[in-house]
Amino acid sequence: MNETAASEAGSGQGTDREKAAGPKAGRVDPSLFVRKTSEGLAQIDLVVQDMHCAGCLRKVERGLNELPGVEYARANLSTKRVAVRWQPAQLKPADIVEKLADTGFEAVPFDPKLLSALDETEERRLLRALGVAGFAAANVMLISVGVWAGLASDMELSTRAFFYWISALIALPAIAYAGQPFFRSALRALRARTMNMDVPISLAVLLATGMSLIQTIVNASHVYFDASVTLLFFLLIGRYLDVQARAKACSAAQNLLGLRAMAATVIGPDGTQHSVPVENLEPGMKVSVASGTRIPADGEVLTGRADIDTSLVTGESVPTAVAPGSKVFAGTLNISAPLTLRVTKRDDDSLLAEIVRLMESAEQGRAGYVRLADRAARIYAPAVHILAAATLALWFALGAGWETAFTHAIAVLIVTCPCALGLAVPVVQVVATGRLLKHGVLVKASDGLEKLADADTIVFDKTGTLTLGEPELVSSGEAGPAEIALAVALARQSRHPLARALAAHGADIAAPALSDIHEVPGMGMEAVLDGETVRLGNRNFTGTAGEASSHAGPELWLAKGRETPRQFRFADRARSDAAETIDRLTREGFAIELLSGDREEVVRELADKLNIADWRAEARPDEKIARLEELRAQGRKVLMVGDGLNDAPALRAAHVSMSPSSAADVSQTAADFIFQGADLKPIVETIRIARGARRLVVQNFGLALVYNAIAVPLAVAGYVTPLIAAIAMSSSSITVTLNAVRLNWRRID
Amino acid sequence: MAVLIYLVPAALILGGLGLAAFLWSLKSGQYDDMEGAAQRILFDDDEMENPPPPKRDAEKKD
Repeated sequence: MNETAASEAGSGQGTDREKAAGPKAGRVDPSLFVRKTSEGLAQIDLVVQDMHCAGCLRKVERGLNELPGVEYARANLSTKRVAVRWQPAQLKPADIVEKLADTGFEAVPFDPKLLSALDETEERRLLRALGVAGFAAANVMLISVGVWAGLASDMELSTRAFFYWISALIALPAIAYAGQPFFRSALRALRARTMNMDVPISLAVLLATGMSLIQTIVNASHVYFDASVTLLFFLLIGRYLDVQARAKACSAAQNLLGLRAMAATVIGPDGTQHSVPVENLEPGMKVSVASGTRIPADGEVLTGRADIDTSLVTGESVPTAVAPGSKVFAGTLNISAPLTLRVTKRDDDSLLAEIVRLMESAEQGRAGYVRLADRAARIYAPAVHILAAATLALWFALGAGWETAFTHAIAVLIVTCPCALGLAVPVVQVVATGRLLKHGVLVKASDGLEKLADADTIVFDKTGTLTLGEPELVSSGEAGPAEIALAVALARQSRHPLARALAAHGADIAAPALSDIHEVPGMGMEAVLDGETVRLGNRNFTGTAGEASSHAGPELWLAKGRETPRQFRFADRARSDAAETIDRLTREGFAIELLSGDREEVVRELADKLNIADWRAEARPDEKIARLEELRAQGRKVLMVGDGLNDAPALRAAHVSMSPSSAADVSQTAADFIFQGADLKPIVETIRIARGARRLVVQNFGLALVYNAIAVPLAVAGYVTPLIAAIAMSSSSITVTLNAVRLNWRRID
Repeated sequence: MAVLIYLVPAALILGGLGLAAFLWSLKSGQYDDMEGAAQRILFDDDEMENPPPPKRDAEKKD
C-alpha cells in the first residue's frame, strides 16, 4: 500500500499528506457509491489511478473475476476506471476494494454523480454524424469524379442527370443528419443575436445544397453536393477531436476529485456509527472525525481537542487548536486527535455558502469574453455576405440573367465557406491540450488556452500554491545538540505536522531513550527522561509565559524539568522551483503579485525571499476579488493561481485561472487549468504552449484567408466549378491541420 | 451505360454496409476505451483459464 502511495507522488502534495497520515485514514466506504442495475445486480465504478499497461488491466480484471458473485468486471484504460457488476447477495463492495488492494491497486469509488453523461453522448453523437458524413462524402466524391471525367470526354446529359440525382439522394439526408451540430449552434447564436463561426458554415452548407438541388432539378451543369458533404466531414473531424480532448482532460480532473471522495462517520443516538455521504449530512447530526482526515461539514466541536490545518480554507499556514465549543469548517484537516462534532452546515452564513455566493457574482464578470474564432466570424461573416451581394449586383448590372447572377453569388458563398476557419481553432486546441496532458496539466475550459495567451499579470496565492503547505524547521534557537536530540525523540512519536518536520530534520540523530511517552491532544507530547518530565508542544503546554516572539510562523517549545523552554521555529516551505519560476515569469514581462490570506509577517518574508515586490496579506475572499477587479479596471489580463477555498471566488473572477491538483475541490472546479506535481514549472510551460497555440491559430486564419484571396476573385468572375471548390476547400483544410500539428514539434525550455 | 444500373447500387450497398458496421461498433461501445483496446490484444486467452505463475505479471508490469 505504501508503495502505491509513493508511486503516486506526482499526483499532488495534499493527497500525499493525507495518505501519509495513515493508509486507512479517510478511506471511503464504497457501499455508498453502489448503484442497482436493471437486472438486479449491484454496480460500482472505481478509479484505479495506477493502471498503465496490459498487465495491470489483466490483473485487475482477473482479480475481480475471481471474486464470488462478480458477473462483469471491465477496466477502462483511457479513463482509469473499472466497472464491476455483481450479485449483491454474494459479495460486499468493501471486499472488491480489498481484493484490488491485495492485487496491488489502490481503488477509490467514483461518485456516479460526477459522471458527465452529457459529454459522452455528445462524443457519440459527433462520431455517428462523422460516420454518416464520411460515408456520404466518399460516395458523392466517387460519383463526382465520374462527372469530372465526363467533362473531358463526352458524357450524355441523361447519365449526368442520373449521377446528380444519386448524389442528391445520398447528400440530402446525410447533410440533414450530420449538419445538425452546426445548425443547432448557429441557431443558438442567432437567437442570442450574436455571431459565431457556425453561422457562415451553416449558411454555406445549406445554400450550396439548396442551389445544387435546384440545379439538379433543372439539369444544369454545376452541382456542389460533394463540396458541402466533404466540408461537413472535415469540420466534424475537428469538432470531434476537440470534444474528445476536452472530455479526456475533464475525466482526468474528475478522477482527481474522486480520489478525495469523502464519507462522514455519523454517530447515531444509540451510539452506533455508520458512514454516510457528505452531502447527506443534516444539521444536528453527530459526526466523528478521525485524526488525519478532513472535516466533512461546518460544525461545532463537542468533544476532543485537536489541531486543525486550515491552510486549504483560509490560506493560514499555522494550524489552529480547537477545543469543545470551537467552530470548525468543512474541508479543513484534523491533524492531531479524534474529534466529535455537531453539524451546523446548511446555515446560510456557513463559509462555503459565502464562497459560493462570491463565486456566482464573480462569474458574471467573465461572461463577456468572446472566443477568437467567434470574433473572427463577426468580421468575416458580414464581409462574405456583402461580397456575395456585390457579386449578385455586379452580374445583374452587367446584364446577366437572374439565374446566372444568383449562381455566381452563391458560388462566392460556397468557396468562402470558412471550412479552414472552422478547423483553425479546434485542431490547434486539440494538439495543445494533448501536449499539456502529457505534462500533467489538465485544460478544463474550452477557451482557457486563448485567455491564457492574453494574460499579462499573474497573481499568486501563497499557502499551498507558492509554498507546499508543509512546515520546515528553520531555527532551533538556543537549543543545544542534546536538547535537539531530545526534541527529535519526542517528535518521532507524533503525527503532528510540526513534529514530523522536526523528526525529518533530525532523521539521523541518535535519540535518548524516553519512557512513558504520550500525546496530549491539542497540546503536545509528554515523556519522562531520567525521572524528569519533558514536554514538546505549544506555549501554554510548556509553561512559556506570554513572552512575545518575533517569529511569525509556527513554533514548538521544548521544556525539560525546570529549565528555560527552548523554541523551535518553523516556516512554510516554498516549492523547490518557486524562486526560479517567479524570476523567469518576471523576465518574460509578467507583473507578479502575491495575494494571501495569511498573516503579514509570513507573507512579507516569502515575498522578500522570492523577490515579489507587490504583495498583500490577510486578504479575505471578497478583498481578493476586489483586487482583481481593480487590476481589470486598469486593463490588465490576470492569471490567478491559487488552491484554497478562499481563492475559489478569485479564480472565477480572474481572466484565467490555474490550480494545483492539491487544491480544494471547489477551487479545482473553478479553475480553468489544473497542474499536477510538486513544481511550479507547469505554469511556465502552459503559458508557452498557450502562446504558441495562439500564434498557430492566427497563422491558420492567415492561411485560410490566402486561400480565399485566390478563390474569391475566381468565384466573382464566375469561374468556380465544383472541381475548383472541392480542391480549394480540401487543400486549405489539410494545410491548416498540418500547420497545427507543428505545435507538437516545438521545443519548450 | 446500362452497367451503371448495377454498379452504382453495388457501390452504395458496400458503402452502406461499412457505415452500418461503423454505427454498430460505435453502439456496442468499441470506441469507449481506445488505449485499453490497443493493450488488450496482448492478452493470451488461454492464460485466462490457466493462470500463469505470478512472476510473469511482475515482468510485464515494467
